[in-house]
Amino acid sequence: MDLFLDILWILIKIVAIVLPLMLCVAYYTLAERKVISYMQVRIGPNRVGPRGSLQPIADAVKLMFKEIILPSSANKTLFIIAPMLTIGPALAAWAVFPFNEGVVLADINAGLLYLLALTSIGVYGVIIAGWASNSKYAFLSAVRCGAQIVAYEIAMGFALVVVLIASGSLNLGEIVMAQQGSWGFLNWFWLPLFPIFIIYFVSGVAETNRAPFDVAEGESEIVAGFHVEYSGMTFAVFFLAEYANMILISALTAIMFLGGWLSPFHGIPVLGAITDLVPGFIWLLLKTLVVAFLFLWFRATFPRYRYDQIMRLGWKIFIPITIVWIVVAGFAVVV
Amino acid sequence: MKGFINYIRSLFLLELLKGLQLTGRYLCATKFTLQYPEERAPMSPRFRGLHAQRRYENGEERCIACKLCEATCPALAITIEAAPREDGSRRTTRYEIDLFKCIFCGYCEESCPVDAIVESRIYEYCFENKGENIMTKEKLLAHGDKYEVQLAKDLEAQAPYR
Repeated sequence: MDLFLDILWILIKIVAIVLPLMLCVAYYTLAERKVISYMQVRIGPNRVGPRGSLQPIADAVKLMFKEIILPSSANKTLFIIAPMLTIGPALAAWAVFPFNEGVVLADINAGLLYLLALTSIGVYGVIIAGWASNSKYAFLSAVRCGAQIVAYEIAMGFALVVVLIASGSLNLGEIVMAQQGSWGFLNWFWLPLFPIFIIYFVSGVAETNRAPFDVAEGESEIVAGFHVEYSGMTFAVFFLAEYANMILISALTAIMFLGGWLSPFHGIPVLGAITDLVPGFIWLLLKTLVVAFLFLWFRATFPRYRYDQIMRLGWKIFIPITIVWIVVAGFAVVV
Repeated sequence: MKGFINYIRSLFLLELLKGLQLTGRYLCATKFTLQYPEERAPMSPRFRGLHAQRRYENGEERCIACKLCEATCPALAITIEAAPREDGSRRTTRYEIDLFKCIFCGYCEESCPVDAIVESRIYEYCFENKGENIMTKEKLLAHGDKYEVQLAKDLEAQAPYR
């Protein structure tokens, strides 16, 4: 009976995380369309609901009622499993995510490792989708995606190692607490680890297959990449996973480099005392939103990388810089 | 040395930041999208939309079947057959414009000596059945009767420049 109640309690907590997350994902798609259109001097969707606010709902309903087409030569099982494999890790990663001090579903010690593992598992969904579709475009996209993830996963891993050295913990909550200090936002890791902050974020953009690293989708060369053959809800799940991953990377950047739920004005005489009253969750949300906005800003600004340039950036620039910074951070911590 | 400077430049992502600055500026720029069904773009009196045939004030049709429009039409969209009417005047028995062929160049309007064939401001129309693309004489005249006030005004506005 106790076990049952425990499981029920955990399930309730999972729902409490996933439902708002899904809502965020839905409205993130609207935000993307709006932000990009504003940057292109357009207005964007404004017909469904006041100022287009119901657009994501309409999109979701449309996709739900569409037929799921199984290509006749596709591997049926893998074809159906692939989208689930993509969205599963994107949602599961939130298990170790601290929303406030102590507010976390699973307060495990190896949280960072778990995250690193899950964010890379997501790529299996893409590769399997590319393979199971039995289409040349999807297959090319899967190959591209695989190579790209391998390249950037290493840089991302090294960047996280630097964070780990600086904070001395793999637990996300402790990483945030290690950034606390009397200098407010100057205590956060983005300042001492600035190159790593940039590299982590750029690798995150590459990891989520977003512009300018979206060669896996590359609509101009390979139509839509791994999800050419997907329609209806299976496509929607890929879509959800992509945006959930973007929000995840934004939130992780906020946690690891922008002080998580800490107030940026902590320690400043009057302002600090006032802003400390604001719940930490609000700060975390604001920081996540700022980073998430950057994703959209990038997409509206940068043209897609050429494939060899992506590889060059990953292997020849990011990895050396992160390795150097690991040494520097190591010395700084020891001395 | 130049290579080194370029290296530093690309390392600090200066050009990318410049790009971000540009799009950032456009984020706040004034938007001038026209909300189409509610808002319309301003239209010139010379606008070349759907065709119409006009009549004189006494109800007599203007067209005298001179076939100049048929001759000048670069897309060969106009078909005219003419015969004397009971009162002996020369009139068209058939006047058809194929809207699939028409390129809306306005040459028919230019060539017409009696301002009979004109192009109106109407541009929102559709065909639901085969054959509706042919503007017959009846349809052209009916269209002209419907929008005569506007057509006369537009022609008057253009008159000094012709």
